[in-house]
Order: sequence, then C-alpha cells, then structure tokens
Amino acid sequence: MASLATEFAGIASPNPFWLASAPPTDKEYNVVRAFRAGWGGVVWKTLGAEGPPVVNVNGPRYGVVSGPDRRVLALNNIELITDRPLEVNLREITRVKRDWPDRAMIVSLMVPCDEESWKAILARVEETGADGVELNFGCPHGMSERGMGSAVGQVPEYIEMVTRWCKMHSRMPVIVKLTPNITDIRWAARAARRGGADAVSLINTVNSITAVDLDRFAPEPTIDGKGTHGGLCGPAVRPMALHMVADIARDAETRGLPISGIGGVTTWRDAAEFMALGAGNVQVCTAAMTYGFKIVEELISGLSQYLDAKGMALADLVGRATPNVTDWQLLNLNYVTKARIDPGLCIKCGRCYAACEDTSHQAIWMKPGRVFEVNDAECVACNLCVDVCPVADCITMERLAAGSVDPRTGRTVPAGYANWTTHPNHPMAKAAE
Amino acid sequence: MRRRRPLYATGADEESATPGGRGAGVNIYRLIKIPACGSLPGIKVRQEASLSNSQLTPGVVPGRLPATAYAANFADVPPPLDPYEARVAADRCYFCHDAPCITACPTAIDIPLFIRQIATGTPEAAATTIWAQNILGGMCARVCPTETLCEEACVREEAEGKPVEIGRLQRFATDRARAGGLHPFARAAATGRRVAVVGAGPAGLACAHRLARHGHDVTVFDAREKPGGLNEYGLAAYKTTGGFAQDEIAWLLAVGGITIVTGRALGRDLTLEALRRDFDAVFLGLGLAATNALGIPGEAMATDAVDFIARLRQTPDLAALPVGRDVVVIGGGMTAVDAGVQSRLLGAETVTIVYRRGRERMGASGHEQEHAATAGVRIVTGAAPVAILGEGGAARAVEFAYVEEEPKGLVPTGETFRLRADQVFKAIGQRLEGVPAGLALEGGRIRTEGPGRTSLAGVWAGGDCTPAGEDLTVTAVAQGRDAAEDIHARLAGR
Repeated sequence: MASLATEFAGIASPNPFWLASAPPTDKEYNVVRAFRAGWGGVVWKTLGAEGPPVVNVNGPRYGVVSGPDRRVLALNNIELITDRPLEVNLREITRVKRDWPDRAMIVSLMVPCDEESWKAILARVEETGADGVELNFGCPHGMSERGMGSAVGQVPEYIEMVTRWCKMHSRMPVIVKLTPNITDIRWAARAARRGGADAVSLINTVNSITAVDLDRFAPEPTIDGKGTHGGLCGPAVRPMALHMVADIARDAETRGLPISGIGGVTTWRDAAEFMALGAGNVQVCTAAMTYGFKIVEELISGLSQYLDAKGMALADLVGRATPNVTDWQLLNLNYVTKARIDPGLCIKCGRCYAACEDTSHQAIWMKPGRVFEVNDAECVACNLCVDVCPVADCITMERLAAGSVDPRTGRTVPAGYANWTTHPNHPMAKAAE
Repeated sequence: MRRRRPLYATGADEESATPGGRGAGVNIYRLIKIPACGSLPGIKVRQEASLSNSQLTPGVVPGRLPATAYAANFADVPPPLDPYEARVAADRCYFCHDAPCITACPTAIDIPLFIRQIATGTPEAAATTIWAQNILGGMCARVCPTETLCEEACVREEAEGKPVEIGRLQRFATDRARAGGLHPFARAAATGRRVAVVGAGPAGLACAHRLARHGHDVTVFDAREKPGGLNEYGLAAYKTTGGFAQDEIAWLLAVGGITIVTGRALGRDLTLEALRRDFDAVFLGLGLAATNALGIPGEAMATDAVDFIARLRQTPDLAALPVGRDVVVIGGGMTAVDAGVQSRLLGAETVTIVYRRGRERMGASGHEQEHAATAGVRIVTGAAPVAILGEGGAARAVEFAYVEEEPKGLVPTGETFRLRADQVFKAIGQRLEGVPAGLALEGGRIRTEGPGRTSLAGVWAGGDCTPAGEDLTVTAVAQGRDAAEDIHARLAGR
C-alpha cells in the first residue's frame, strides 16, 4: 500500500489528514480520541492572548444547510476562539504532543494586532513542543469585529506584518490561514509569502446566513430573535476552496508555497482533488463533526487505493493537475464537441430537453416515443444536458475530428490549437491591422 | 422507523403466551351462546360461541383468531408516509419534462408538480393540484394499481426498478390537506340548472362535484344505504381503513350544491324517463350489480366474492364475520385477490385462488399477486371448476379440470383435481343489468361517445357501466369529471 507519510512545511505526519482548528480540536480529550482514530495531525483550536477567555453565546452556535434526507451540505457557526483558559490549553497541548510524538501538533493563534501580543503567545506555544503555529486570519465573525481574524486577513499589509513578527519571534514553522471573504485570494497569499510564511492554509469559513426563519423573520441560527452572519464550511464550499487553492498554486509569486487545503473535505476523493490542485495536505472539520473521527479510516484506505491503482506516490499527486488550470483566453477554440445521448441508457425523463429547450440552445429534439436526440446544427456543447441528466454517462461529449464540418457553424474544424488571443474577433487582432 | 405489523396473526402464539388461557382446561366461553352473525347465501354459520374457534375449526365460522389479531391484520397497507419519509420520497422525483406518469394517469394529475409541492413543504398546494384533476385523489391514492399506471411509467422504474412512490405521496398530500380542513374549490354562482346523477360511486361523485363547482344543483341517487359505491362496498378493507370512504364523501360535499338521496334504485324507485323530465341533464354512473355465473353443478354452494367483500366492509366487528377453514376463490381479478387475502386475514387456514387461464392473463396485477402470495394465498392457474361438491348445502370441495388455452378456447387436458373447501367464492366478473330501455348498448354496457354521451339526448354515462370503464376507480373519476364538463358546456349553451 502506498505510504501516506507526509512532510508539510517541515512538519512530519503519518498521513496528510489533519483536523482543522475548530471544536474537534479544542481539548485533550477530543484530540487524543482523534489520534487514536488515526488522524495524522491536528491544528489545535485557536488560542487567544492571556487573560480572561472569550465567551460564547449561550444559544445555538451552528446553522445547517441540508438535503431532503438531512444530509449535511454545509454548517455555519458563530463560535469564537477557545473559551478555555490559556494555561489549560497549553498544559494539554504539551501533554498530547509528548504522548503522540509522531503526530503533527499545530497551534492556531489569534491575538491583538500588536507585536508584543504575538511575541508573548509564540513564546508560550514554543514551550509546549508543538510542531508549528497557524495564524488565524480567517475567522469571519465575532473576533473580526474586534480587529482580529478576517479583519487582518482582508488586509494584505496586515498579513505580511504579522507574519513577519511571527517569523521573527519564533523558530516554529508558520502557516497563515486565509479568509475567502476577499475578492482575490492571491493578494493575501502573496502577502503571507512576503512576510516569510512557511505555508498557507485555506479556506477559512465563508460569510453566510444559512436560513431565515419565515415565522420569526430572523436569520438562523437565531439567538433571542436575532442572528448574525456566521462562517460557512462543509461540502458546499469545496468548489470555492478548490479554485482558491489552484489560484495560489499557479500564481507566479506564490508558486511552491506549501498549501494546506481546507474546505468541505469529506471523502478521500475530495482530499485527492485538493492535493492534485497543489495542496500538500488537507484539513478536515465538517465531515468529522458530522460523522465522527472514524471517517479517517476511509480517507486513508481510499487515498492509498487510488495511489496504488495509479502507481503514484503521494508526492506525485501534489500539484499534478495544477498545470492544467489555465486562463479562459488560453482554452483551445478548435476543440469542438457535440452532445451524444445513449438511447440504451436514456430513461426518457426529458430533463435534457427541458433544460436545452427552455434555457439554452434548442438543440435537443423530443421525438415520438420520448426519444431524445441532439441537433448538431444547434448544439454548442454547453454541457448543461450532461449536468442535469440523472443517469451517469448517458449523455457524453464527443469531439468532432479535425477536418469535419461543424453543422452549427458550417466551418471545417481546424487541426491544432488556437485560442482567443489569436482569434479574428479579438480586439487586438483588429488593432494590429 | 417503518412500522412493521404481522401480515397475519395466528392463534397459536397467543395460546403459548398465555398459560392456562384458551385451550387449557374448561373454557367458560364455550358455554356462552352467541347468536349467528347473519349468514351469506350458501354459508352455514355455526351457532356456537366464536371464541372457541381456531383456524382449524371446520366449516364457516367466525372468530378464528384471537380478538387482538384483527386490528393488526386489517391495518393500513401500505402504512401512510410521515412528513420526513414523504420529503425523502418526494426528493426522488426527477420532475420529468412532459412526464410519463401524467400520461399514464387516467385523470392526468400533474404528478411532478404535486411532488415538488410536497418536497417544498406545501402539501396543501400539492393536494389542490391533485384534486383539480381528481376529486377522489385520496381514495385513488389508496386503491389505484399504481404499479400498472403512474409508477410503471415512472422513469425511475426504468432506471432502477424502483419508481417514485407516487401513490403514497398522493395519499400524504391529500390526507394532510383534508386533516387541515382544506377544500380548495368554491362553487360558482348558482345557475338554476338541475342535474340528476344516478349512482354515488366514483364516477357519479366526480361528476357531481364538478357540476356543483360550475354552479349547477345536483341530486345524486344511489340504490344502497350509503353513498360511495365500490369505494364503500368494494375494495379490500385494509386499503381504505377508518371509514375513509365516507369521510372523503363528506369532505367532497363541502363544495355545496349536491344532495345525496340513498335507497333509490333506477328501475325500482326511479325511471330514466322521469329523471329526464324533471332534470336538465342526467348522468348514469351505475355499478355492475349482477355477477357472472359459473354454470357448474353445486354453484348454489358458492358465494359472490363481491357480497363477501361488501359484508366485510360493513361489519362493525371482523371477529364476528364467518370464514371457512379452507377457502377457494374462483377468478383472477382484483376482487379474487381481495376476497382471498381477506379470508386469510380473517383466519382461514388455507386459501387458494384458482384461475382458468395463465398467470399473465390475470386481472390482478403482479403487485396484487405478490401481495396475495405474501399473505399466504396460493394461486393456481390453468384450471377451470367442474363442480362444487358438498352436502346439506355446505361445500366440502371443488373439483377442477386442468385446461389449456388453444385457438378455439380452453380445452381440458383430461386431468382433474379436488381442493378441500368449506367456503367457495365466485369472482369471475360482474354484469350490468336493468339498463333503461332506449339506451344503446355495447358489449352489455351503455354505449357512449366522446365525454360520456349516450344514445339519448341529455343523458350521459361513465364508470363501470360503460365499455371504457376499465373497472378502475380512477377511470370512473375521469369519466365522471369529463362528462360533467360536457354537461356544463351543453347547459351553458356552448
């Protein structure tokens, strides 16, 4: 079986599956149970500065987006950083790292935005023997109102400044956790790298309101008739997270910076996708909060089986898909495809027809006997029919060979590659004349 | 959690669980005389106390099961969906374009729409969608052979052999909306036109409701004591529990403008001539009152299955209903299955349905046949009855001949067999009789054209009394509804 042992930003762990900084890693009891279950590492729930700990609300902290069968698609939370005394956390971290030396122990931190506060907490964490720290620049609720969390992560200059302090005052690897609540993740990642970060981790949760109570007219979760935005996590945010990971992995200024992928990792496949786009490991929270720690067994067995089947080592997977993430303008316009409906697999639901007829290009015929066929003269290969078909592989995209005529355009499909930048309609093409 | 219930409870378990109970020592109940619970034609009912009977008691006797077994045996099949189950079941619908299930439904209910309305937490809107096409959608949800209609057409049946549970979802929506007191149809301004509907079965009720909505005054006549037709007197009891048929009718009448007159039969108390004279239009939604005959020796010892089912539906106490130890049902339709299964549920030791043709020709659907098999009913096909044997008017056995289907008809193979039987049910079809003079017939039923127009001006017909009736509740509803629209158009002078 493929080895899953990982070294991430100089931190070794037996597998690339870490528990993200969150309620599952708030105390020794949970973390020990997680390690027993097989998790490769944890990012201990965010510690704050010395002094009286933060307080949480006493009503509901979580909201949910679920499917009709109550499957959790996303959680949203308004919980703050750890509300346990700093001393207790540090004592437990020390003990757990001592008892589980082979597991990665990262400590998440969030203190006021001044150098002294960061210097003080880093010294305390170093004493625990922890392997590294993660700077929580992502938490989008509560703490951000106090100038911490995403309030820092949304300002690249602050990211760079605090990261630099941390590198200056600690020998530990520094991972900077980024907030997705920005317009372009690359600015934040570049700032972290300039500040000397050893790695970035992303995404933190997305600003969200999960639901509105239509009787009380209040957002959920509702505290005494009021609600506030929370941070969304879980499978629903994964596509956004994948995009942001890829953007950092392929950016000229941040290329090579280790990335810890976070955002709805639920199965081994999700983990593999993050890693293929450039993540060196993944962090998990919602899936564990939904199903318990035991899921790590499936993550391990699934990823190992996949790597064995591909004859790849784990390192071969990391970033393997990154070069294939490109800009729109570089996509091959000579790649012409048409939808093909397999009549043997078709169950005649007509969803492809409704989607195409009502909302797209009127390129599917509904013939007597509910026979659905693609009209190549109209099909632009948009893929909507593939996406809405309930039967896997019933509708596929077939490439027109070079030299054949596209019935829609009447033009011969050219051989080779050509993109927008060379297209006659490109404004620059005219300007050059 | 899905409710589980014994399909069929035996007395044996009860006995072993109760030391010194029934069967141990002197049973005081043996000394109590309970009067006979009435008798069906051809059935001998033992006069002794029913509490001493078991499944093995010979003859046709009541109380074969422990008193507690009946409620469980005759509980809802299948049980209703709870809101969570309904939401999960509704989520399976693909919301097909021009959905095949709609086409397969004789009343053309917009099934994808009502299921989406359930999925989004508005069963009242779902029920309104259903009732707009089928005012007896609640009953049809219970009794429709969905496995040969909407659910057979469901694309998920083709995809994975597991259709969306359309029938159960329809029941969920209509039950919820009815329980909430919703009747979404208001009556139009009174037109002053009067329509007579003969027969308060599914066709007549659907017709009456639609006419009433259009503002006409409707009088519905029925020969029986209660309205409902086969909804009340036919159909297996476990398909329509808790007095549902009458509840649904009471709900339907809330639209207003409908008067129901029971105990009035066409030909006996009413004449078509007088109805045509006294009303602006007449709709005939007659049932098939006569049953077909076997034409074999000993036939007098057999009972009509429809009478048995009607009796069962009306009895206040199932334990008082006599049933044979060995029951033989002759026929192959839904009525045969309903009679056979319910005989088992009443405690018959053996029940055999014997059908003369092949299994694929049976009127009962595959689902119904399976239901019968699960209830412990044996189905024998390719055998025709030769004689019912017995003594003193009580059946003892039925002799059958194996037959083969050949171009010229069914031909005996020469091999015969006998089945022990203290009770024999005939379920070989019903006939229309007493059709008023002047109405043209077709295949023994009232000929209609288009939306139920008969050969007489001002007279419409629908349901089982017409050739297109299909003996289905849902088809009767569609025909009654469509005739009502035609009557309305005619009365409005369009």
